[in-house]
Amino acid sequence: MITGLFWAFSGIAILAALLCITRKSPVASALWLVVTLFALAGDYVLLDAQFIAVLQVLVYAGAIMVLFLFVIMLLNLGRSGTRTDIKGWMGRVLAAALGTALVLELLPLRDLGPPEQIRIPAGTLATLAETKGAVGMIAEPLFKAYLVPFEITSLLLLAAVIGAVVLAKRKL
Amino acid sequence: MLLQPALVVSAVLFALGVAGVLLRRNAIVIFMCVELMLNAVNLTFVALAQQLGPEGQVVVFFVMAVAAAEAAVGLAIVIGIYRHDQTLDLGNINLLSG
Repeated sequence: MITGLFWAFSGIAILAALLCITRKSPVASALWLVVTLFALAGDYVLLDAQFIAVLQVLVYAGAIMVLFLFVIMLLNLGRSGTRTDIKGWMGRVLAAALGTALVLELLPLRDLGPPEQIRIPAGTLATLAETKGAVGMIAEPLFKAYLVPFEITSLLLLAAVIGAVVLAKRKL
Repeated sequence: MLLQPALVVSAVLFALGVAGVLLRRNAIVIFMCVELMLNAVNLTFVALAQQLGPEGQVVVFFVMAVAAAEAAVGLAIVIGIYRHDQTLDLGNINLLSG
């Protein structure tokens, strides 16, 4: 049942990703990417990452994709004219060949998996989510072991905000 | 166990992102393909977090923060390029080619 659901969500995600990279109009590409992100949020729930799934919908499918769509409409790229930005047959063959090669390289890795010694017993994450809550499960390592990276993230976001404003200003 | 299916899906999504970067010329669409690759890696982290503890999900949190910063700065650069060249076709943008 869970595996079936997982494959259903994953199938939607892969199909939408394929449509995302092949649609002519940038708006269509962005909307298909939103479908991929939503389907991945479903996958995250099945993998015991409920909080990450909520963040995926709020931050990725919400904020980041709205930013993309906003820029597409600001620059008026939505009209699907006769010109396409997809490369000619050379580029298509190259992209397909390299993509296939990459999949063939990555697929054997799935049989390796993490070593037995460092693996936690199956279902530990689910019980952790039950006792501490889906948010508390992440909050504990985040605000203890990873406190310094967390604070540095706030600096990074501040730098990004200032950088975006400076770059997008009409006159420097 | 969902680890192996998740790794397969993540590999396919990452390859689709790479193929998209190679296939398109529009700078914004290339950006979206990079987001697709980031998401594929996030799926790997979440799948392995199920076996190795919740720290993997903390890493996904950081990746999302970096992706948000990257999108903000990258799209500001895209707007700057469009204002300068009136195009987003990466074949026509050759400011640095001397």
